[in-house]
Amino acid sequence: MRFLLDAEQRAFARSLDAMLGAAGTTAAVRDWSRGDRARGWALWSRIAEAGVFALAVPEKYEGLGPRPVDLVVAFVELGRHAVPGPLAETVAAAALLSGPGPAERFLAGLASGRSAATVAREGRYALDGDAVTLRLALTADGLRLAPGHGPVRPSLDPARRLTRLSPGGELLDAAPAVDRALRWARLATAAQALGVGLALLERTVAHVHRRVQFGAPIGSFQAVKHRLADVKIALEFARPLVLGAAVTMTAADVAAAKASAGEAAYASARAALQLHGALGYTAEYDLSLWLTKAAALRTAWGTPGECRAEVLRAHGQVH
Amino acid sequence: MDLAHSPADEAFRAEARAWLRAHVPARPLPSLETAEGFAAHRAWEAELAAGGWSAVNWPERYGGRDCGLTRWLLFEEEYWAAGAPGRVGQNGVSLLAPTLFEHGTEEQRSRVLPPMAAGEVVWAQAWSEPEAGSDLASLRARAVRADGGWRLSGQKAWSSRAAFADRAFGLFRTDPGADAPHRGLGYFMFDLRAPGVTVRPVGRLDGKPAFAELFLDGVFVPDEDVIGRPGEGWRIAMSTAADERGLTLRSPGRFLASAARLHALWQDRGGPPEAADRVADALIGARAYQLFTWAAASRVLAGERLGPESSLNKVFWSEYDIALHETALDLLGEDGETGDTPWAEGYVFALAGPIYAGANEIQRDIVAERLLGLPKGRRT
Repeated sequence: MRFLLDAEQRAFARSLDAMLGAAGTTAAVRDWSRGDRARGWALWSRIAEAGVFALAVPEKYEGLGPRPVDLVVAFVELGRHAVPGPLAETVAAAALLSGPGPAERFLAGLASGRSAATVAREGRYALDGDAVTLRLALTADGLRLAPGHGPVRPSLDPARRLTRLSPGGELLDAAPAVDRALRWARLATAAQALGVGLALLERTVAHVHRRVQFGAPIGSFQAVKHRLADVKIALEFARPLVLGAAVTMTAADVAAAKASAGEAAYASARAALQLHGALGYTAEYDLSLWLTKAAALRTAWGTPGECRAEVLRAHGQVH
Repeated sequence: MDLAHSPADEAFRAEARAWLRAHVPARPLPSLETAEGFAAHRAWEAELAAGGWSAVNWPERYGGRDCGLTRWLLFEEEYWAAGAPGRVGQNGVSLLAPTLFEHGTEEQRSRVLPPMAAGEVVWAQAWSEPEAGSDLASLRARAVRADGGWRLSGQKAWSSRAAFADRAFGLFRTDPGADAPHRGLGYFMFDLRAPGVTVRPVGRLDGKPAFAELFLDGVFVPDEDVIGRPGEGWRIAMSTAADERGLTLRSPGRFLASAARLHALWQDRGGPPEAADRVADALIGARAYQLFTWAAASRVLAGERLGPESSLNKVFWSEYDIALHETALDLLGEDGETGDTPWAEGYVFALAGPIYAGANEIQRDIVAERLLGLPKGRRT
C-alpha cells in the first residue's frame, strides 16, 4: 500500500500546468464559446502531444494505457485551467472503442489528438457534437456512428455546447461496454471538477488577500476564512476519492468520486462568487469561466443524486 | 499509487479478525460512561491486552506488537467491523502514549505504558479549565516547586473519563513570570486518588458522568512524573494535539463500520427514499476518510510529518459523525428518541466532537491561515 502519487506523476502534473498556463487557455475558452475553435484545437493538439488522451487508449492501438491514475492527474490540470471541449467524452469514446471490432480504426486518431469524439447515451445531449468528427451514439441496438447532429443548445457553461445526435449511422458494436465507458467518463469528469474547484479556491484566496473593506483585507475576517476552510476541506476529501476510484475503477468508487468532487467544486464556486461579490457576477471577469463549468460538471455524466444512488446500489450488492 | 496490502499485512488482518470473532462479547457492554460499564470495559481491555491487541502499534516491550501504522489501521478496521466495545483506554493510548514515546524518558515509558496497555491504569486528560478551553495558553492551574517534585493546585474541567479513571495528565503553570503565556507551562502526570485531589463527576447532556471537574490543592507530583522540561509543556502538548486531531484519535475503521450499520438500518426500514442521499453520503464520507487517512499514512511512512493538515480531518470526522447519527435517529423515528439505543448514545458522544481536541472554529482558522495562507485575524 502506497497511496501517493509518484515523482513522475507529480512532474507530469507540473508540466501540464506550466504548458496550459502559458498557452493562453482563457482566450481559447472565450473563442470556443463563440464557436471559433481554432485556438481550442491547437490547445487540444498540445494536450494530446503531452500524452493525455493516449492514457485512455490501450498500447496496441498506439496509446499508453489504460492508465486511469495518470489520466486523473491530467484531468485535474485540465479542470484547473478551464480547458474547453469534449475531454471526458473523448476518454469515454476510447473506452468504448477499445474492444475488438471495426471501431479499432478510430483509436490511433484519438490518442494522437488528430480527432476528437463525443459520446451520448440514448436520450441525452452530446457535448460539442457540432465540433467533433467522431460522434458516438449509445442506442438500444448498440454503438452507432451518428451521421450528424441536431440544433445546438447553450449550456450553463458558455464553453459547453450541447446537441442531440442524429439517428441511424453505422452500427459499430452491438454489445458495447457501456458501463465501462460510463465509469471512465465519470472518473474524468470528477477529476476535471476537482481541478475546477481547486482553481476557484486558489483564485478566491488571492482575491480576498487583495480586496480591502472596512480597512482590512476581507481574508482576515473569520466569516470569510471559515467559508474558505470548509471549501478546502471538501476538496481535500474529494481528492482521495478521485484517486482511489482511479485505482479500483469500481462503479461505486467512481460514483462516490463524481458526487463528492462535483459537490466540492460547486461549493467552491458558490464561495468564489460570494467572496468576489459583484465582480464575480460578470461574464467579463475570468472567474466566470470556472464558475459556470463547476455548475455544468456537477450534472455531466451523473448528477449527485444519480451517483449517490449508484453508491447505494453497489453497497447493497456487497453486503 | 497502490491500495493493495501486502500478503503479510493481509495475514495480520486475518489473524486480528479471527481473534476478534472469538473474543468480542456477544452482547454490547453497558455504557462506558457508567461505573458498571467502566468496569466491564476495563475487563475487556485486559482481555485485549492478554491477546496482545490492546496497543498493536507499540513496541513489544511495552505490551504492543510493534506492527506499524498500516497494521494499526487494518486492526482498527477489523476491530470496529467486529462490533467490539469502545476503548476505555483511549485517552492514554492515543494521547499520553505518543507523548511519552516522543518526549518521555525510558523509565517513564517502561513504568507507565504496560499497565496502560493492560487497562490496569486508565488515564484521564486534564487540559481544559473553566476559563481555558481551546485557548490552552490561558491556563491558570499552577505547579510550585517542592522538595523532589512539584505541588499542583487549581481547577481542571471537562476531564474525559476522570469520573472513573485512575490517573491524569495535564498542563500546569510552572512559571507565572514567563515572557509569553504559552511558555512557562509544565506537563505532569498525577494520581487522581492522591491526597489533595477532589473529583466531581459532571453529567454530560444525557446525564451520564462521562467527565469530571478536578480540584487540586497542593497535590504532590515527584520529578519523575514530569514529562519533558518544565516550561516546555505547551510545545509537548501541541505535538500531542496534532496526533489527536490527526491520525490516531479517530481511525477510519470506526466510521466505515458505522456507515455500514447505517446502511443496514436504512435497508431494514425499507430503504426510505427521503433518507437515501444522506445514507449514501455516510458511505461516501467513510470511504473518503479512509482514503484520506491512507494518503496521510503513506506520507508518514515515507518519512513526512503531519502538520496543520490534521485540522482538515478534525473538522471532517467530527461533522461527519454527527450527520451520520442524525440520519440514524431520523430513520429510527420515535425509537431513536427513547435514548437507550446505541445510536442515541453514539449521537450524544458525537455531539462533543466539534468541541474537544480544539474547537472546530479554531481548526478552521488553522486551515485558513496555515494551509490557505490567509491573513491572521484578531481572535479577541
